Amino acid sequence: MKNIALDDIANALERSSLAGMLGWQDVRQRYRRSALGPFWLTISMGVMIGTIGIVFGQIFKSPMTEFLPFLSAGMILWGLISSVVTEGCVGFIGAENIIKQLPIPLFVHIMRLMWRNLIIFAHNLAILPIVFLAVGKPLEVTALLSIPGFILVVLNLAWVALILGIICARYRDLPQIVSNFLQVLFYLTPIMWMPTLLPQRAGIYLLSLNPLYHLLEIVRAPLLGHLPSAQSWLVASGLALIGWGMTVAIYTSYKRRIAYWL
Amino acid sequence: MALIHIENVCVDFPIYNANGRSLKKRLFQVATGGQLGADSQGRVIVRALENLTLTLQDGDRVGLLGHNGAGKSTLLRLLSGVYAPTSGTVDIKGEIGSLIDISLGIDPEATGRENIYIRGGLLGMSKPEIREHIDEIIEFSELGDFIDMPLRTYSSGMHLRLAFAVSTIVRPEILLMDEWLSVGDEAFRHKAEARMSNMVQSTNILIIATHSRELVLHTCNRAIWLEHGKIIMDADPESVVNSYFH
Repeated sequence: MKNIALDDIANALERSSLAGMLGWQDVRQRYRRSALGPFWLTISMGVMIGTIGIVFGQIFKSPMTEFLPFLSAGMILWGLISSVVTEGCVGFIGAENIIKQLPIPLFVHIMRLMWRNLIIFAHNLAILPIVFLAVGKPLEVTALLSIPGFILVVLNLAWVALILGIICARYRDLPQIVSNFLQVLFYLTPIMWMPTLLPQRAGIYLLSLNPLYHLLEIVRAPLLGHLPSAQSWLVASGLALIGWGMTVAIYTSYKRRIAYWL
Repeated sequence: MALIHIENVCVDFPIYNANGRSLKKRLFQVATGGQLGADSQGRVIVRALENLTLTLQDGDRVGLLGHNGAGKSTLLRLLSGVYAPTSGTVDIKGEIGSLIDISLGIDPEATGRENIYIRGGLLGMSKPEIREHIDEIIEFSELGDFIDMPLRTYSSGMHLRLAFAVSTIVRPEILLMDEWLSVGDEAFRHKAEARMSNMVQSTNILIIATHSRELVLHTCNRAIWLEHGKIIMDADPESVVNSYFH
């Protein structure tokens, strides 16, 4: 028995070179004829990290060797997460022209936006070694553990982008709600503030119950030289499993309707 | 071998931003376009194709006739797999190629060469396949050194020549077209015409939506007249053209 959703995703993976090419094209198009190209994003991210680092480092009285690496890793990851989620909302809406003309597997459009944002993320990654050098913090072997963590984050982002792409194609108010929600999430999650600053009680709600915290932790903690808790790994893997299960179910029922909604 | 078999196919477009109440009062056939109606939940729908049953076999060269909004483009999109039918079954054997919007996906900031890869990729060609054909495409488009210039420096004729040269490289078993493609100046048009004819000959099934009487008479061996999403007539080109253009 063939499943529409899995079929589409498999066909899309077969055409990953197309998704890759279109993703590159998007980045190139955005920065064509600019000398620094996508490194402009790196610069603005760097400036933002520097500013927040100085101001909030003072307010929280956190030592810079601790706070700055924590902040940079968090901000760079958050940059990827928030742009994939925002662009996921218009993943299908933005590809309307292509979807209505050519029978390309729809998941290609999601892969395209994932790839585009991964390229930008890779550019932002250049900030990390600079920060680590500047504050004199060594990178430990545990940092390697952030790679499987990152893969898990990407797997999670992929289903989020797909499911948002589907629902937003139908309900056009959702992108606005999502972008509001993202802002709230940014402050609720320890990116700008360190979890150690929280009183015990609040920590339970803002950390344990916040899936985003766990997703960040499995990548950020190893980079900073700690091991992420087993709980974080469990939550992140569980989220990927349940999320993909739910997304495939929804995609199976509505994949054929997407072209009609555009 | 190529075969298209569609049975009792309906295509309904839900309209989410129309005011259902006021439209519900006027469930009559409009002069142009599909039929307006409401589905079981009271939403406004446009029925673009209604209970279409059709079989196309190897060798069929089908001309689709009909006024604006008769459902020609929707039928082409249904066959290309863009739309799944709202009800009914569509059974298609054979690889499908569409020459509907040959400029789709072209990026004005990218060079001609980059655009060949983008456009080719969208049409389902792999990179090695495009690399194999790229010299042929560049030569056919007669762009010369302009191929490495950004597309925004092209004239609209050059733009179309490039799009045409890439899009006609594929040789699908089923070819869908919206009007005959005619590009370029006198000399180029001659070459393009030859290429189109070659493409049409090598395809197993051709389906072309058109308003041209000559095209149907010269190219097609079967004509279908659509109106309000229904088949009015399906016969040899001569008799359909005579009734349609009376």
